[in-house]
Amino acid sequence: MLAISGINLAAFFATYLGDYDWVPAAVLFASWETLYMVFLSTAVSYLVGMPLAIILVTSEKGHILENLQLNQVLGSIVNAVRSLPFIILLILAIPFTRWVVGTSIGTVASIVPLSLAAIPFVARLVETSLKEIDWGLIEAALSMGASNWQIITKVLLPEAMPSVVLGVAITAINLVGYSAMAGVLGGGGLGTLAYYHGYMRYQTGIMWITVIVLIVIVQGIQMLGDKAAGRIINKRR
Amino acid sequence: MIEISNLTKIYGSGPQEVMALKEVSLSIRKGEIFGIIGLSGAGKSTLIRCINMLERPTQGTIMVDGQDVGSLNSLELRQLRQKIGMIFQHFNLLSSRTVFENVMFPLEIAAVPKNEAAQKVNALLELVGLTDKAQVYPEQLSGGQKQRVGIARALANDPKVLLSDEATSALDPQTTRSILGLLKDINRQLGLTIVLITHDMNVIKDACDRVAVIDDSTIVEVGDVLNIFSNPGTPTSRSFINSIVNREIPAEILQRQFIDHGLNSSRLIRVSFIGASAGEPIISSMVQKYAVAANILYGNIDQLKDIPFGNLTLELIGPVETINEALDFLRKCGLEIEVLNHAGN
Repeated sequence: MLAISGINLAAFFATYLGDYDWVPAAVLFASWETLYMVFLSTAVSYLVGMPLAIILVTSEKGHILENLQLNQVLGSIVNAVRSLPFIILLILAIPFTRWVVGTSIGTVASIVPLSLAAIPFVARLVETSLKEIDWGLIEAALSMGASNWQIITKVLLPEAMPSVVLGVAITAINLVGYSAMAGVLGGGGLGTLAYYHGYMRYQTGIMWITVIVLIVIVQGIQMLGDKAAGRIINKRR
Repeated sequence: MIEISNLTKIYGSGPQEVMALKEVSLSIRKGEIFGIIGLSGAGKSTLIRCINMLERPTQGTIMVDGQDVGSLNSLELRQLRQKIGMIFQHFNLLSSRTVFENVMFPLEIAAVPKNEAAQKVNALLELVGLTDKAQVYPEQLSGGQKQRVGIARALANDPKVLLSDEATSALDPQTTRSILGLLKDINRQLGLTIVLITHDMNVIKDACDRVAVIDDSTIVEVGDVLNIFSNPGTPTSRSFINSIVNREIPAEILQRQFIDHGLNSSRLIRVSFIGASAGEPIISSMVQKYAVAANILYGNIDQLKDIPFGNLTLELIGPVETINEALDFLRKCGLEIEVLNHAGN
């Protein structure tokens, strides 16, 4: 898909932008950086956010691992991080980012604040998906003598899968927007391109190109998500 | 097989305290189909869940096959639960698994080797008549088929007890009958003890050997289904039995004109009878004894094995005093009389 949009963009530049022949390569590279950041931070946020969501759900009153204190503490932390505006989180996280990757500038460094912002979001999103599961299914598994681990892996996660997959698309799309914001602080990707060329140097054409590419990326992610969830749902019909 | 003694369950605490079960004691025998009937909110759902500790009793003990269920640690409890199958009103099948995989589920939990488990699943699907649906997802099944999967799944680990939580309440009468038939077959073939809860007296009548009537958190009556039907000891039992007899009187009968004076007065009455008295010619002795004519307008009789129960709607014609004497006679014979039209109607 990248290659195809690259070819089309090249033709566009040749016709309308004359000697801006560095632009297609720059846009392509920035797109790649954006996708790279979004993909990795989505992965990291699910790696941490999913277990968080499972703990949030199962530690609730009456659930299989009821622990109200833990539930409240976790819930408060999640809420606190979620209430931070991303741009603030981006700055606050700089020392932590330096500690983890050694620098606070660039694509790899951006993954840290992006993941930090997405983890609590993912935790709530997956929590909602898990709560949609009828308690009767958990009760049935309990009545068969299932362990808590078996209930999580054989009932909760498989039953919630279509809804979780749709959540992945929502998260990734949110992260596309956040990654552009990170780009303003030197995070790389389409955000950096749009800010330094489109905004600082008044190269409005480049701004619009990045907007169009972003739209395409967002559409693409949503389509993939819908398709993947639809596939699971259709299989079960 | 199951001994419940002094079982009390209280939900919540302080002012929100709700007593769901109050000092319930029951003894369920090996190999019987034991029914627990009660209205919604009576506590039957809590009671059946206490047997496999899906609900923890506040007080009292439950022994299943000699084991005190309440004293088990979590591993022991999980092992015991594998030997107590359970089926549910809303089936509770996993939508992420095919019929085959759903029945496989309890075997996975019990860590049965794959090959052995697959053979077991196939045998169970044959038992419930769903071999051709093995690779289908539950969403494609009818309610009755879903419950059959539920039953196959509950039987997977060769349980000693099967708990049925309103298993037919979401099904139409015909499907209910076929599911009850399946449960009876399983009870006979496997010698399985079945405990079922229901609010439908038809289920008790069609499937159970013994029944406990639960009302307002306590057991008000326990006994053989036959005995309860022939001689219900409490108003609750009586009303459950009446509930499965059609008591609606056609409107055109109620609209008839009744005379309320003179020698040809008439009274519209309903006679409810349960058990032995129905076999005696009470109505005809009444007609012979008193100078009243009896006109049978409507009736409904059902039978449990050889015990009839039901009601008759009669029009009695004659002088008012004689009619009243005749009614007294019927009451003395142990029939329940309801006068449907009063003076002036």
